[in-house]
Amino acid sequence: MTEKHPQGHKYDMPDARGHFGPYGGIFVAETLMPAITELNEAYQRYLDDPEFIAELDADLRDYVGRPSPLYHAQRWSEHLGGAQVYLKREDLNHTGAHKVNNTVGQALLAKRMGKTRIIAETGAGQHGVATATVAARLGLECVVYMGSVDVARQALNVYRMKLLGATVVPVESGSKTLKDALNEALRDWVTNIDNTFYIIGTVAGPHPYPAMVRDFQAVIGRESKQQCIDQTGRLPDALVACVGGGSNAIGLFYPFIDDKSVKMYGVEAAGDGVETGRHSAPLCAGRPGVLHGNRTYLMADDDGEIIETHSISAGLDYPGVGPEHAWLKDTGRANYVNITDDEALAGFHALTRMEGIIPALESSHALAYTMKLAPTMRKDEIIIVNLSGRGDKDMHTIMQREGIAE
Amino acid sequence: MSRLANKFAELKVSGRKALIPFITAGDPFPEFTVPLLHEMVAAGADVIELGVPFSDPMADGPVIQRASERALAHRVGLRKVLKMAIEFRKTDQTTPLVLMGYLNPIEMMGYEDFANAAQRADIDGVLTVDLPPEESEACVAFLRERGIDQIFLLAPNSDAERITKMDTVGSGYLYYVSLKGVTGAGHLNTDDVKERLELIRANTDLPVGVGFGVKDAETAKTVANLADGVVVGSALISKIEASLDDPEQAKRDIVALLKSMREAMDS
Repeated sequence: MTEKHPQGHKYDMPDARGHFGPYGGIFVAETLMPAITELNEAYQRYLDDPEFIAELDADLRDYVGRPSPLYHAQRWSEHLGGAQVYLKREDLNHTGAHKVNNTVGQALLAKRMGKTRIIAETGAGQHGVATATVAARLGLECVVYMGSVDVARQALNVYRMKLLGATVVPVESGSKTLKDALNEALRDWVTNIDNTFYIIGTVAGPHPYPAMVRDFQAVIGRESKQQCIDQTGRLPDALVACVGGGSNAIGLFYPFIDDKSVKMYGVEAAGDGVETGRHSAPLCAGRPGVLHGNRTYLMADDDGEIIETHSISAGLDYPGVGPEHAWLKDTGRANYVNITDDEALAGFHALTRMEGIIPALESSHALAYTMKLAPTMRKDEIIIVNLSGRGDKDMHTIMQREGIAE
Repeated sequence: MSRLANKFAELKVSGRKALIPFITAGDPFPEFTVPLLHEMVAAGADVIELGVPFSDPMADGPVIQRASERALAHRVGLRKVLKMAIEFRKTDQTTPLVLMGYLNPIEMMGYEDFANAAQRADIDGVLTVDLPPEESEACVAFLRERGIDQIFLLAPNSDAERITKMDTVGSGYLYYVSLKGVTGAGHLNTDDVKERLELIRANTDLPVGVGFGVKDAETAKTVANLADGVVVGSALISKIEASLDDPEQAKRDIVALLKSMREAMDS
């Protein structure tokens, strides 16, 4: 982690109370307020603390395996016939996804705050695994909330969490997916506030989470920028990343926000197609509202009730999105597009066959959009795609959907 | 003077404490609610908190979550709850009615439209669980213009500074949540409540209702000895849940529980 705002960095969101324009903020029950205040103070204190940063950098290097490579997917680029596609290999991190960048950071914070118990919510299970991993390493008690629908479709990750010593609590309320896991984790936090640190896995939740998780994930974009310059002598022309809550996307985008020549594409999950209503694309097809502690784009009906979402990828199956993405959308700095389940599967297979890399279904949405974008660009242009996770966890889902390939 | 301020002033004169039942509108079905409100008033309720069902009730325990789910299965949302309030007012012009729920339904309607609709429904107060004072300015302004009180929560860990903040932006009464946790959890610690109420009263003149952990006549009496109002929610909804196949029985059980609380509080 280098300094918060590199020199000449003009973008300075959020404000002191966590607002990205009209979005973000702190919308929580009073019982959570003191915990949020305590967390915010700790975060502000350690953000620029050289000792904290040195410890975090060492962990990212020696435990996570950073920097992750920036890989030129030459064969795939040639096949697509347009821009040169570079993959930021977050799938090669310890535990197999970008999620660990954030859990390592928040766990160090928890340790400094003297918390002995860690809780987390998880959708695909990647954040749950990444949290259970750091909890095991630090000897902290760990409870992970996971919707029972996700427990069923991500059995492998549930088992990994249990091996790591975490208690996985299946959540049976509501739609039994990520949003309900988040509700349940908030309820736990409010009840056990004195000894418990809540590691939120995405750039959502009340302030300071959206800013804090972004700052821990921004290592993705900082490395990408340097690696791109080292390998090609210049900045990329476009960035592509999938957006559920949006942590891997903001991690890649953030260090490039002031580089106006770099276009940004956040790819939401269109599920069966945005027009069917069975999707998880609040930025493309939702409207602003308040959920889980912040104001952002949501999928809700006219009464403000949250609509059940759908995506083949559990990690994108969430009705909200980080408030900073809402702001980047409204200001036009980033573009938000969507990819259906079927298109994502095509992206999954393309990368697997062309480059020998099996991507996560979440990341496959970004790959599928790249398949549309790259051919529209010149061969000397550069796209960086965030390959946010590896696909091992999704084998079961894909086998069920497609049958076992001969 | 608002209906709420009036009610608390009246109670003070007569040396009584407010009994404030909470139920979720539309639980277990929409037609159940308005008659139940009237019966609760007859049983001794002074103020009613009417819960607006929400798909993601983050601060509620399993009992109220399930109440929300039962109501939402009948598609009872903010608009229908406002209609119920209008229905209630046709035959009861005196009992203060407070809407309690989460912010998103109000956001989707828009603050001004909501304030207008609440005024048309003759709502007396609004308690929005996930709207802390820092974010409440815009919404409160619209409500205040229309004489509607915005009621805020206080928690066991709220310090003097926060209590002062609630006192500034809030009106009607303050609702002290006597437990760390979600609704319907745990046991009441009388000494703790007593101590906290001293701090609260040192920083506000607003009446203070206490909830979370009130489940029977005995706990109601204990709280009434300390606070200005006694809020009971999960214990009532548990009665609905216990008799889903016989809602009339649930109604009788709720009335009996409220009567026993009223009696204990007044003795």
